[in-house]
Amino acid sequence: MKSVASAPISQPASPVAEEKSARWRFRYDPRFTPPLLITCILLVGQITFGILESYSRTVLAIVTGIVLEMVLGRMFAKKWPHIASAYITGISVGILVRSPAFWPYALCSALSITSKYVIRVKRRHIFNPSNFGICVLLFLAPFAVAGLSIQWGNNVWPMAVIWMLGSVTIWRLKRFHICATYVASFLVFSLVRSLITGHTFWAEVAPLTGPMYQLYIFFMITDPKTTVSTRRGQIIVAFLVALAEMILRLNEFVYAPFYALFIVGPAALLFEMWWKSRQASTQELSAQQRGA
Amino acid sequence: MGMMQGRIPRILLTIFFIGLIAVPVVLKRYYRPGTAGKAVLDAQSAIDRYGFHLEEVAKTCGIDFTHQAPHLDQKLDHIMPQVASMGAAVSVVDFDRDGWYDLYVTNSGEGSHNCLYRNLGNGQFKDVAPEMGIADMNRAETGVTMGAVWGDYDNDGYEDLFINKWGRPELFHNDGGRGFTRVTDKAGLPAWLNANTAIWFDYDRDGLLDLFVGGYYAENVDLWHLSTTKIMPESFEYAQNGGRKYLFHNLGNGQFEEVAEQLGIVSRRWSLAAVAADLRGTGYPDLFIANDYGVSELFVNDGGKRFREVGKATGVGFAPKSGMSAAAGDVLNQGQFAIYVTNISEEGVLIQGNNLWVPNTGATADNIKYENLARDMGVELGGWSFGMQFGDLNNDGNLDLYVANGYVSADRGTSYWYDYSKIAGGNSSIISDAANWPPMGSRSLSGYQQKRLWINDGAGHFTDVAQVVGASDTYDGRSVALVDLWNRGVLDVVVANQKGPLLIYKNTVSPANQWIDFELEGTASNRDAIGAQVRLFWNGQQQVQEVLGGSGFCAENQRRLHFGLGKTPHIEKAVIRWPSGKTQTIETLEAGKVLKLKEPQ
Repeated sequence: MKSVASAPISQPASPVAEEKSARWRFRYDPRFTPPLLITCILLVGQITFGILESYSRTVLAIVTGIVLEMVLGRMFAKKWPHIASAYITGISVGILVRSPAFWPYALCSALSITSKYVIRVKRRHIFNPSNFGICVLLFLAPFAVAGLSIQWGNNVWPMAVIWMLGSVTIWRLKRFHICATYVASFLVFSLVRSLITGHTFWAEVAPLTGPMYQLYIFFMITDPKTTVSTRRGQIIVAFLVALAEMILRLNEFVYAPFYALFIVGPAALLFEMWWKSRQASTQELSAQQRGA
Repeated sequence: MGMMQGRIPRILLTIFFIGLIAVPVVLKRYYRPGTAGKAVLDAQSAIDRYGFHLEEVAKTCGIDFTHQAPHLDQKLDHIMPQVASMGAAVSVVDFDRDGWYDLYVTNSGEGSHNCLYRNLGNGQFKDVAPEMGIADMNRAETGVTMGAVWGDYDNDGYEDLFINKWGRPELFHNDGGRGFTRVTDKAGLPAWLNANTAIWFDYDRDGLLDLFVGGYYAENVDLWHLSTTKIMPESFEYAQNGGRKYLFHNLGNGQFEEVAEQLGIVSRRWSLAAVAADLRGTGYPDLFIANDYGVSELFVNDGGKRFREVGKATGVGFAPKSGMSAAAGDVLNQGQFAIYVTNISEEGVLIQGNNLWVPNTGATADNIKYENLARDMGVELGGWSFGMQFGDLNNDGNLDLYVANGYVSADRGTSYWYDYSKIAGGNSSIISDAANWPPMGSRSLSGYQQKRLWINDGAGHFTDVAQVVGASDTYDGRSVALVDLWNRGVLDVVVANQKGPLLIYKNTVSPANQWIDFELEGTASNRDAIGAQVRLFWNGQQQVQEVLGGSGFCAENQRRLHFGLGKTPHIEKAVIRWPSGKTQTIETLEAGKVLKLKEPQ
């Protein structure tokens, strides 16, 4: 690094170095896909409708998230973490938190990132970071904070573009089955809710057409770090999240999806950990018995 | 040792994490900006501490008025409480020029009557609307009243009455204070519109009052005979399918010419309030519109020839909220108007916060920018805020702020908010159809809310004293007007409540705090002097006020300009800028007087 920095600018690099450099330049890190998608959602929302409370609040959320991730990652994981996760957390907070004040944005990002390093079971964090931060604020600071639940505009195209773009991206990341299960379950449960409440089906489906759900579906319930490992398990959990959401909605919780994931997500992970360790114990016991 | 190294940072991290969680808990417990408390003080204690006290006296004054809401098309039955949620309004006028301010109070139930409470000067009021011919305004065939504004459009010395409705708007000529003649047809007003805001102003300074009317529902919607249920906003915060805007240019012969589009006022946002004042020091009134379901709009006036919308450029049109009312006031005594806009704040669901748009220091006509200082100055969180007005309620020399809150107070302990937020997040095709809105039943929606009466300390901070000084009602407040009903040199507060009583809060102010009033009469300018500015200099400070033809939500204050002066004032001068452009300076001024001024020829 030092020798490159001290080399004359006009001096041509060696062919090997040039090839490495080109590979470095053009190699695409798939971890950038989700950040690019969420940035796309942000830009479409902001350009078409002005979705953000303000640029400065969103920047505050992003910067807080990234700085804290760097510091905590360095301290506790002994390495510089990739910023993609913190960027997504920060931008999610910037979009989803609605408050005229600045402090909730910084606090929510800080809570989200810190939760990854504090609430851990068997070296894994069990809460989706931004969902955790938002839930805590909605629980403890309703006097100053609301969630994004009433935004998005009158034009169907930005929404359609994001759904298509998001679906393709999530498909490539091999997690589309989670989104599809959740959306299908939500639609079925909308019908159930409609039958129970007597409200129109479209009234029950309405929330799904807002941007909050796009972030929720593409970034929260699919988060690789806080979802169970098997494809079948992921499908079951997505269904259970939608089910829990329906129960919360029938009890008129405005932020039912956040709370549903807050409850079901960690419970599913803990169950999987317990199941795996039980299986491991059983296998170990069988092996011992075979050995005996 | 290595284990210890790992454990201590983890303990510190856990403490840090718990600290983060504790932040909102601590903030909630200890950070209550701008609230004086809930203890109700007796009158003398309130006067001693805050300089004034309010007492509700409507019934003892002979006013027993309860607003009735309309019953619209049965297709809207399931959400009727929230659709038929406006129409309680009050406007101040001295219609018979007897020197005592009267009140015109609107009703909205089909068959209900509007009332003109004549001030008898002895503390009593008498409804004279039926005999004056301006009572029977509310019928399903012609629509119901949403508000009313007074302005002497023909400069004959008597203020005429414009009634904005969901239905056929009406203009009544004041026949010398003895009665009213309907002149709607001659004036050339539209056959039907659904308007919640109207203001008089002389946008081209030709000496004739013009009229701005802002539509809410689209003008082709007859709310009693719906052909479709797709009448609702297409978005909660980006809707542009509301009513059109009208600017009626006064031709001087009793007729008006509609020129909104021609002059650049083109918008279909859902307007609920407007205020026109010279915000940029050009001499021409600019037009600020507070819109529900979207951003506010600021139309600056280019020399009376054209309006330009500069909401985004000036900062006021960026974040979409639910604008309910708008008023202008020099809150910092720096000779510039700030604009206050009320919005919705409901704990745990929607925290929009009200806006206090304060202009940049040294702003000129071309570079004016506004910054929202509502949070910094302590006037952000009201509730579901509707009408409001600026006025110096304790005569201490600083403009205070009265804000009415509360939307639908039905069954206590119930809330429609969950269903409301469910549909509000939907795509336009869902939200715009009333048939998709969940039934409201008898549930409340931000009901039974307390009011805010923020007193201004003059140093950039407001404190809510509503409860302690006596403004303790929890009706669904709509229109607020400030007026000196007893000619005592104080501002009383009149509040019209939706499906509730008209309240008159009689104000008792510490006699130590002094005042001066200006009553202006235009000659070359419009006779009401709407648009005239008085810049008062005293004790090394200044305050500017402007005669307005309507402000707040569906309201009009007294025409007279009231300045509180505080204790031992030394008044240096008053500079009056008439709408015609003439400037007049008066240096011999005495506190405790109403100065009646006629525009110099």
